[in-house]
Amino acid sequence: MNKLSKFILTFVSAIALILGSTSISFSKVVGDKIILGAAVSLTGKYSTNGKHTQNGYNMAVERINSMGGVKVGGKTYKFDIIYYDDESNSGRAAQLAERLIKQDGVHYMLGPYSSGLTKAMAPVTEENKIPMVEANGASRSLFTKGYKYLFAVLSPANQYLEVAIDLAVEKNGGPVVIAMAFEQDAFSQDVRLGIVDAAKRTGSTIIIDDKLPKELNDMAATLAKVKATNPDVLVISGHSKGALTAIRQIAEMKIDVPMLAMTHCDASKLAKQHGKNSEYALCAAQWHKELSYSDEFFGNGIKFDKDFNALYGYAPPYQAAESAAALLVFKDAFERANSTDKEKVRDALAKTDMETFYGNVKFGDGGQNIAKPMVLFQVRCEGDTCANKLVAPTKWASHKLVHPIPKWSER
Amino acid sequence: MDLLIFKAPILIVQASMDGILLGILFALIAYGMALQWGVMNIINIAQGELVIMGGYIAYFMYVAGIHPAFGVIVSPIIMYFVGVGLYKLVINKVVDRDLFISILATFGISILAQQLMNFIFGADVVVAQSNFGTTMLFDNSVTLPNSKIFSAAVSIVFAIGLVFYMKKSKLGRAIRATAQNARAAKILGVDTEKVYAATFGINAALCGVAGSLIAITFTLHPYVGLPYTVRSFMIVIVAGLGNLPGVAISGMGLGVFEEFADYILGTEFRIGAVFLLLVLILVYRRFKLSRKREYLK
Repeated sequence: MNKLSKFILTFVSAIALILGSTSISFSKVVGDKIILGAAVSLTGKYSTNGKHTQNGYNMAVERINSMGGVKVGGKTYKFDIIYYDDESNSGRAAQLAERLIKQDGVHYMLGPYSSGLTKAMAPVTEENKIPMVEANGASRSLFTKGYKYLFAVLSPANQYLEVAIDLAVEKNGGPVVIAMAFEQDAFSQDVRLGIVDAAKRTGSTIIIDDKLPKELNDMAATLAKVKATNPDVLVISGHSKGALTAIRQIAEMKIDVPMLAMTHCDASKLAKQHGKNSEYALCAAQWHKELSYSDEFFGNGIKFDKDFNALYGYAPPYQAAESAAALLVFKDAFERANSTDKEKVRDALAKTDMETFYGNVKFGDGGQNIAKPMVLFQVRCEGDTCANKLVAPTKWASHKLVHPIPKWSER
Repeated sequence: MDLLIFKAPILIVQASMDGILLGILFALIAYGMALQWGVMNIINIAQGELVIMGGYIAYFMYVAGIHPAFGVIVSPIIMYFVGVGLYKLVINKVVDRDLFISILATFGISILAQQLMNFIFGADVVVAQSNFGTTMLFDNSVTLPNSKIFSAAVSIVFAIGLVFYMKKSKLGRAIRATAQNARAAKILGVDTEKVYAATFGINAALCGVAGSLIAITFTLHPYVGLPYTVRSFMIVIVAGLGNLPGVAISGMGLGVFEEFADYILGTEFRIGAVFLLLVLILVYRRFKLSRKREYLK
């Protein structure tokens, strides 16, 4: 053989090899496996919550596979997830969505962690008509864009603290005076919109409305204003940094308010890090293990908590629970669609109406979950150990809300 | 709402005190930056990361059951060696080069430090508890956290200590000589290489002190270093190089200005207002320079 024909032979066989291997991976269903794609933050600033998300996904996949898998068209399939690390970077997340769809041939996606990254991926999945069930993007703007292939098992951000205002109005026997401080990012500003709506609805007044710059780590000015104006409710949302800074400075500056409502209490391990100083803070959460929802895979919240703890060695935050619920929703949709065709699966997803250990799931027109209320817990201490106790909605409350919060001079 | 501060004048006292206490802490970080900028002509973009690293040292002492306030002693010692190590690894290669090269190099260090801290310490926001309590003034209407007062006091002690050290000690004099004229200092027998390493070490040590103070007054996270870099940069720009009392005054001034901007313009504009002030100061400087020939001391 001369040099040229050798070269051609090598070239052709290389091409054949590449085509051969890609045609195997270029498929949404391989053998008895349904392949789901996910980009989660395993490094970077969201790596802690990214890990919770991944653990939730993995635990659900294992559970579903070991309990009989997914039955579609008389055949039993198992779930498998292709993961990529999005480095907590929204540009990277969008790239990876593209890669999962175009190169890995994934036809069904699971969401990343955080609203920002979900927002970056959604246009890609939408354009390629790939159904995505996400569990960690709550920003309202995700659900107002008319996306047809995006489904979120969690309640939208504007609902996070509305319940707290209703509760304050109920306790106060009439409209309340609200002071609030929100970080200037998509999520916190959505929470703020919810409060503004709730204030309008209940006839309450907003006396302080501070927007905290992202770089800020000092809330002394905001809190001094609160002290001077004596509001009925103080609402704060600014991720873990905001929650930890607020509690530290409220305790140090001895700010007395009848009700303090916040977000990210469990993500920031508020009760553990600040102990007694965080007592009586009211926190919004998507899920709490004491809720009485149940399903056949995880039993109920308490059982999920126990199993998750046995597997990963820590109590599941709600980020893990909602991620696990996303897989249950996918399984249900595949079985109802009785097909692996992505359009049929999308239509089945849109008609989802089910109960999971995490809560009821039913999607609104924008793709948000409209069947599940937010829950509120209050940090309560026994001796020096503080924990989050469920106080609202009253249907599931394990503890009674302490209202008003005792003054610092009496603690 | 904007006029709340005039309706309740006691807030003026609160805002001024908060601003001064905050400003002193920032001035300590800026002090380190001014020192190495003046001596080595390097703008250290990784300044904030050195601060956060120092903070984590105090935090891990707290986790181990030691009071985090002792971090102000342990942290600078460890950070001094981190600083010297960084100098030997990277900084010595860029010290005589263009300012742009050193900015790039320290920017690289800053990214690397963030990622390393994230990898080693995790991405959780953490705090260390000092349980120092609160000082109440004017019938409880002005509240000052003792942790902030402690921070300001420690910062002042370290700043004064350093001024004396620079005046009296052999190394201090060598550092000042190198800052004035590195070539002349070398000719007269000063080992400038050693002086540079020590200067970078001292800067890192000051960052270590500031970091442990931040661990007990604010919060720590691998990615929150940048605001500290930017703030100390601004303080140095406003004060001018080699002007240590100026650094203290501009630190406090900016702190107070920021607090008042919060009350008068609104919280969302407080950081923007500080930047606007910086621009105005730079324009004014430029204007002054164009009228009178001057050089930076």
